[in-house]
Amino acid sequence: MNVSTEHPIASIEEVKSQRSKRIGYFFYRVRKSPLTLLGASIILFMLCVMLFAPWLATHDPNAIDLMKRLQPPSAAHWFGTDEVGRDIYSRVVFGSQQSISVGFFVVGVAGVVGTLVGCFSGSVGGRIDGLIMRLTDTILSVPSLVLTMALAAALGASLFNAMLAITLVRIPYYVRLARGQALGIREMGYVKAARTFGASRWHIVRWHIVRNALPPVVVQATLDIGGTILVAAALGFIGLGAQQPTAEWGTMVATGRNYILDHWWYSLFPGLAILITSTSFNLFGDGIRDILDPKQRGK
Amino acid sequence: MDSRTVLSIKDLSIEFPLYEGTLKALNGVSLTVKQGEIVGIVGESGSGKSITAMMTMRLLGEGSYRVRTGSIDMLGVDILKASEKEICELRGGDVAMIFQEPMTALNPTRKVGKQMVDVIRRHQRVSKGQAEEIAAGLLSDMHFADPEDILARYPFELSGGMRQRVLIALAFSCNPKVIIADEPTTALDVTVQKQVLMLLKKMAAERKTAILFITHDMAVVSQFCDRVYVMYAGSLIESGSTRKVLHSPRHPYTRGLLAALPETAAPGTQLKSIPGSVPDLSKLPVGCAFQSRCSQSSEKCHQKPALAEAPQTDAHLCACWHPLTDLEAVA
Repeated sequence: MNVSTEHPIASIEEVKSQRSKRIGYFFYRVRKSPLTLLGASIILFMLCVMLFAPWLATHDPNAIDLMKRLQPPSAAHWFGTDEVGRDIYSRVVFGSQQSISVGFFVVGVAGVVGTLVGCFSGSVGGRIDGLIMRLTDTILSVPSLVLTMALAAALGASLFNAMLAITLVRIPYYVRLARGQALGIREMGYVKAARTFGASRWHIVRWHIVRNALPPVVVQATLDIGGTILVAAALGFIGLGAQQPTAEWGTMVATGRNYILDHWWYSLFPGLAILITSTSFNLFGDGIRDILDPKQRGK
Repeated sequence: MDSRTVLSIKDLSIEFPLYEGTLKALNGVSLTVKQGEIVGIVGESGSGKSITAMMTMRLLGEGSYRVRTGSIDMLGVDILKASEKEICELRGGDVAMIFQEPMTALNPTRKVGKQMVDVIRRHQRVSKGQAEEIAAGLLSDMHFADPEDILARYPFELSGGMRQRVLIALAFSCNPKVIIADEPTTALDVTVQKQVLMLLKKMAAERKTAILFITHDMAVVSQFCDRVYVMYAGSLIESGSTRKVLHSPRHPYTRGLLAALPETAAPGTQLKSIPGSVPDLSKLPVGCAFQSRCSQSSEKCHQKPALAEAPQTDAHLCACWHPLTDLEAVA
């Protein structure tokens, strides 16, 4: 029998070097896009601030010193002090822990739950799919910020409840996204082939559908972190998020509002922190989308 | 049922309820496949050959079709009545399938080895390491020079012919008794097609695996199949050994198909074709589906001819009121 045995493709070493080239290409693209790089650097900086807050802070964020209330920025208090004499710089530094972890928690939980439910829904189809879709439609029909506020208020004002509320409202977006992907993927040859090899429904969802539905979900998640930080701050601002004395940016801006005419520094610094952090996540998310999904570029 | 029969379809009629009416996809299809036999189903697009293949493993979407009559017996399991669990045990175990599009039949995000190990461990109680050894052995049977290397690759790193060989290796991974091959070589170029067919035939012969081979390519049938069924508009119209059917076709449609092969035409002459086109499956004529295109048709053709033994032959069946004789066929 005359069957060719050589294969006209690259050796495994070449492929490995190709793979490292692809990773290299990813970093090349990040470097080529200054805004993505800027976003990434700020995120990295913020993550460091969050991790090393106890060392970076100059004061105990909750130490009250009524003798030094509402002092303007100075060498002792870089961002000034608040109405009970707490150091605003230290509170902004510790506030990063609250805000950024809310962002990651919400996106993590909503992303994982949403993707699983969406992929399941899309791949089983039929009545279960219809039911899940109508449920998401119902949630999506209410403006998301209003619903988040209502939920947070109903659950009771605390940072954890605010996180829970934001997560619940974010889940349907991921369900929709993942289901759309699953609908396309379940018609692919490898899903059909997996069925002919006797694969169970769970195996198909786990190994074939979720895996291939991930790229757009990852992009969506990166973009969502910034928005989530903003929503958490907004909830804090209207008093439905973190409560005093916890150092949280939204709550600080809200309290600072009462003193804004004479003491500009109180609201300014936590506000800037919110602005910079959520913008940098958005810049980074946009960049990631351009790299992972070139078809969407420029939209 | 003969103990050597692995697949037996009896009088199977399938229809698809559509908005415009009922699409009669299969009309009284009966066929058998014996152990170790390579049986071809040949027919043009829309003749029902792929539906037949899908039905043997009940892969059509539940609820999208209706079974009017008939039964399918695959290795003693009543496919139309079995539970989903029984069918899942059968799929990939005793029965495997090879598809038309090797480019999409492997998951692009997982390594070939991982996917092969999944299938092997689905049906055999072996450890991961053992499964990898089995996979490597199968790949070297498929003439891969370096099986370990292939196992560590992602599907996009392989060519179409290589992927189809991987899929054939997968199909053989649990020593199936039957393989359903639905146009496995259609997407490949001719040289790769030959290579893949030779491997498939060799593997089947070594393991005594029966193959139900679906194709539209007469040349492939003549090289590959022991027996062949010719299908037209959802019915089987002729069956018999490959040699008999291809060398002395009895049914006017089969003869028309063979006459239309470019190889038979003299250079410079126009290629022959069968006049007319395939009837709409939702508006099939009463009687023989081929009557409107047939030069032999008569009043009698308004009744449906049964698949009956052709004159002067044994085991060469033909569903026609006016079967051709050898002399006419040769002419």
